[in-house]
Amino acid sequence: MVNGAEVAADVEDRMLLVHFLRETAGLTATNIGCDTTSCGACTVLLDGESVKSCTVLAAQADGCQVTTVEGLAGAGGELHPMQRAFRAEHGLQCGFCTPGMVMAAVSLLQENPHPTEPEVRAGLEGNLCRCTGYHNIVRAVLAAAQEPTP
Amino acid sequence: MSILGTRVVRSEDPRLLTRGGVYTDDLRIPELDGAARITFVRSPIAHARITGIDTEAALASPGVVAVLAAADMDDLPPGGGRPATEPLLATDRVRYVGEAVAIVVTEQGYQGEDAAELVSVDYEPLPAVVDFDDALAGGTLLFDGTDSNVVRSGGDPAPADAFSGCEVVVEHTFPNQRVAPIPLEVRASAARWADGRLTLWTSTQNAQQARDAVAEAVGLDAASVRVIAPDVGGGFGAKIATERDTIVVAWAAKHLGRPVRWVETRNENLLGMVHGRAQRHAIRIGGTRDGRILAYHLDIIQDCGAYPRSGPFLPALTKLMAGGVYDLPYCGAAFRSVLTSTTPVGAYRGAGRPEATAAIERAVDLFAAEIGMDPAEVRRRNVVPPTAFPYTTPSGAVYDTGDYAAALDAVLAGAGYAGLRAEQARRRELSSQGLSREEGGGPVQLGIGLACYVEITAADYDGGETSRVVVDASGAATVYTGSSPHGQGHQTAFAMLVTDQLGIPMDKITVIHGDTDQVPKGVGTYGSRSLQLGGTAVQQAAIQVKDQARELAAAMIEASEADLELDTTRGIWQVRGDPDTALSWAAVAAEAGPGGLSAEADFRPASPTFPFGAHLAVVEVDTETGKATLIRHVTVDDAGKVLNPVLAEGQRHGGIAQGAAQALLEEVRYDAEGNPLTSTLADYAAITATELPSFELLAMETPTTVNALGAKGIGEAGTIGATPAVHNAVIDAVAHLGVRHIDMPATPQRVWAAINEAKGGQMGPAQMRPAQLRTAQMGRPG
Amino acid sequence: MIPAPFTYRRSGSVAEALDLVSEHGDEAKFLAGGHSLLPLMKLRLAMPSVLIDLGPVRELSYIRDEGAHIAIGALTRHHDLEHSGVLARSLPLLAHAAGQVGDPQVRHRGTIGGSLAHSDPASDLPATVLALDATLVARGPSGSREIAATGFFEGLFETVLEPDELLTEIRVPVPAADAAGWSFQKFTKRAIDWAIVGVAVQGTAVALVNMAGTPVRALGVERALAAGATPAEAAGHAAEGTTPGDDINASPAYREHLARVLVERALVEAQSTQA
Repeated sequence: MVNGAEVAADVEDRMLLVHFLRETAGLTATNIGCDTTSCGACTVLLDGESVKSCTVLAAQADGCQVTTVEGLAGAGGELHPMQRAFRAEHGLQCGFCTPGMVMAAVSLLQENPHPTEPEVRAGLEGNLCRCTGYHNIVRAVLAAAQEPTP
Repeated sequence: MSILGTRVVRSEDPRLLTRGGVYTDDLRIPELDGAARITFVRSPIAHARITGIDTEAALASPGVVAVLAAADMDDLPPGGGRPATEPLLATDRVRYVGEAVAIVVTEQGYQGEDAAELVSVDYEPLPAVVDFDDALAGGTLLFDGTDSNVVRSGGDPAPADAFSGCEVVVEHTFPNQRVAPIPLEVRASAARWADGRLTLWTSTQNAQQARDAVAEAVGLDAASVRVIAPDVGGGFGAKIATERDTIVVAWAAKHLGRPVRWVETRNENLLGMVHGRAQRHAIRIGGTRDGRILAYHLDIIQDCGAYPRSGPFLPALTKLMAGGVYDLPYCGAAFRSVLTSTTPVGAYRGAGRPEATAAIERAVDLFAAEIGMDPAEVRRRNVVPPTAFPYTTPSGAVYDTGDYAAALDAVLAGAGYAGLRAEQARRRELSSQGLSREEGGGPVQLGIGLACYVEITAADYDGGETSRVVVDASGAATVYTGSSPHGQGHQTAFAMLVTDQLGIPMDKITVIHGDTDQVPKGVGTYGSRSLQLGGTAVQQAAIQVKDQARELAAAMIEASEADLELDTTRGIWQVRGDPDTALSWAAVAAEAGPGGLSAEADFRPASPTFPFGAHLAVVEVDTETGKATLIRHVTVDDAGKVLNPVLAEGQRHGGIAQGAAQALLEEVRYDAEGNPLTSTLADYAAITATELPSFELLAMETPTTVNALGAKGIGEAGTIGATPAVHNAVIDAVAHLGVRHIDMPATPQRVWAAINEAKGGQMGPAQMRPAQLRTAQMGRPG
Repeated sequence: MIPAPFTYRRSGSVAEALDLVSEHGDEAKFLAGGHSLLPLMKLRLAMPSVLIDLGPVRELSYIRDEGAHIAIGALTRHHDLEHSGVLARSLPLLAHAAGQVGDPQVRHRGTIGGSLAHSDPASDLPATVLALDATLVARGPSGSREIAATGFFEGLFETVLEPDELLTEIRVPVPAADAAGWSFQKFTKRAIDWAIVGVAVQGTAVALVNMAGTPVRALGVERALAAGATPAEAAGHAAEGTTPGDDINASPAYREHLARVLVERALVEAQSTQA
């Protein structure tokens, strides 16, 4: 299940989850930024927890629930509080790291609903951004933490 | 009240946050249906002759459509439009690890990686040249038929008497190390040849320049080439030039008669995308014991990598800006640009100016340490006074406007400088008493670092920028601009300029960029030029549209233009005080005919602009381990009138992070054979959120008179100020232990070695001394 | 960027996993969380032709207080170790060390068994289980065996496990009351990096991260402590018997220096948590 919809396909054993999402499921928001599990641009939720989808085989995710940034907004298009906060705080510039960053942040708040600034920074240690210097990303996550959980 | 200068969140964001941007590798369009995938075969060796390429095994690999090398490129124009020195695919010689030698074309991406491994290239190794001094000595030449690896030089040595009036002279040599730009989106291109036209989608900072470069290289006229920049995931200067790999993709589409697409891996990116900085600086600074700097000379060696691209020209900008914010009776610089067996060097956020600032700000601190004066005071005594503008430097730069002392004073006040120095002194005192951590002592010391800077933006001002504004019969406005944003927020910024002039609401304004069919004329986004050049052009075009509309509206209402007003809060034309005459933009545009109202402006200012500022960094250094942590960073970055503080702050933040990264962490390393040691993101220490604090940005706006917006460029300023401030802070933290200098990046090992050395312990690789220069260059630890 | 081709097999139980591995022999590797193995395969530094996915093997994910020791299933994820109330009470060193591995995303997938079987001396958990004198339980076609942590790691990416053996459990003795003090010192340039040098202390047991081809106990330090040395004195022995590497982050001399500094800090901190 990806963003609540079943996606079924026969794929190569070695297909990475991130390629499954981008090529097979047609969800290109999740990006690839490195080849050493370093940058976090590929972060999605697997059964509700953040994972780097470049380091998960599609086969390992068989039968699981995957959530990408395309699945965050509400059914009527209402932005998720994290999406709202990233916009309000200018937490993105080129947008390439953003889908992974948002999903990592969503997972972070699920596990720690009221983080301190150092905890936010530590929680995003696996996500690189080159444009923002992280300053507004941190503000966005702290702002989202103020909102009631959807 | 005008929207200009107000905080406006970006219109780009809802799409990016919900559906994601559409970057080149995301394109799922009919034109690229069935596109074959290109995988490059790259040299694993830094310098070698190619004696053979065996493609037999690769051709038999599943899904392979073709394996192509230089020998197959017989359908290019003679000379290929490229400098003769750099082929598209290597011919007889490779000159850096990662250089492209062949391409494998496959039905699917995974197959490409499998097949590329099967291409067998015979290499006959040649000596690699990595060390600066080896390259300068020319024992091994990178190109036959040359007598030197030096490809460009400029400036002169200091005159013999330049320092003769100085009571104190300090000399030092240190690196401004090679770094990797690391945009999160790596290079990617896709191309299609159909109906006599080549369409190229590519991650570029300038579609029009890409079109011209590809057309020339492949042997087409510009009208036969369309370049589209989809969403671009960061550039930082490294996506300005249209490089050989992209041109190969374009050529392959035409050669094969089939659409093709390519996206590199991050490892390829760290080998194949241009690197930045890579200078060596020899500074000489002299003055009086009471703090007046009388003379400064900077000698630069620029490492260009294996092929001369824009690398050789960067030190000319360093030389131009060498004197920084200071009023110096003598200031001179000279440079030599030299080739080495490494990845080519190009523009990277600041492109030659961070190097200038880093050199002089380090020099000023060395001078301050030598005379025992507070580094803030030395700066205050030597900056160009605010009454001296426009100020012409010894190098011939004409600084437009500035108040350098005010910037310095603002960061000192904003940071609480006196309190910081007091805390530093307190910790030093406790530590010298040998108190333990629990007793209030301990190994963690405080360092405070300063940097004052001025930089040149829109250095290529006479290229100008073009923008067109159209208002159509629906009352919507479209901006066509040669600017090419890749995160800068131009859609929001330029829409603000249009709404300010025309009163058309933001959500009815679209900004089109990066498509050469829709925007045939343009220069692009780099060098912090876009708002001041592209934005001014947008404003000028909007004003022209307004003038056209006024004339038409007057005729429609049968009133005189002088009696008409445009109510910009409602976007309505009317006779002043007579709302019954109200005309909408839609009505006026419809009256103008099928094309609506349209105007194009090409803005070429008379000169570049010179933003300036001051940064103050506070670090904690654990003197037992050598680890430095940035705990505060306070800045003034004055780029004239700010159009949208949200965007300006974002640019400053990003620049500060990259600047701090160079001071503390990042370095591209090679071993003596030219093998890269930092070619993955596990090894290359790109800075993350955990190494940075939140930043403290102070506001200061000293408008320029060069353009009607009063705006200078902000994109690179943060990087320029941050690196020397953080670097100086780390050294300052351990200055009481006798440390005067530590080379960048000030890694824990380097800091520890410096402390040891100052204690008289074993010489560590903390900094370059002539005897150690070679060692450090050869990439040994430290 | 992507692994060489392989065959993926899935196992739902330990028994099934052992059947599969004996079917495929040494062409097969077990896939646990995949965050040590898959990165190597993506760089094509490892190219097994068969991967046996242990993901569905729920029976090996547990943390059980069995009185004198805590029994941890080999497929327990770092995240679960980090947040375990049982470990917080009885083995805070292990909980803390698990929370230092990689980043949050990595910790949602990586497992203790996978990390130990991978045997990277720069990883956090091998040295930790060494300091805790853990016993590793492995099961193969001929049954189970218990392996002391001190005899488990043989070298970089090498353990005493046979190709057809599966780590099933890590048994960690609950420290005695007078050895409850602990500390974990991980020295890095960036929070996300592997340790340049690390130290795990439990009581007077001291293990070092990244000071040799395997995790090692700092025996010189332990002997000094037994003889009554202070932390500062004992820490002076930290680098004895080590063979620290030379790489872009640190020279051997710097690593030895860090080992001494970090061991002293760890011993001081362990004393304070002992109280």
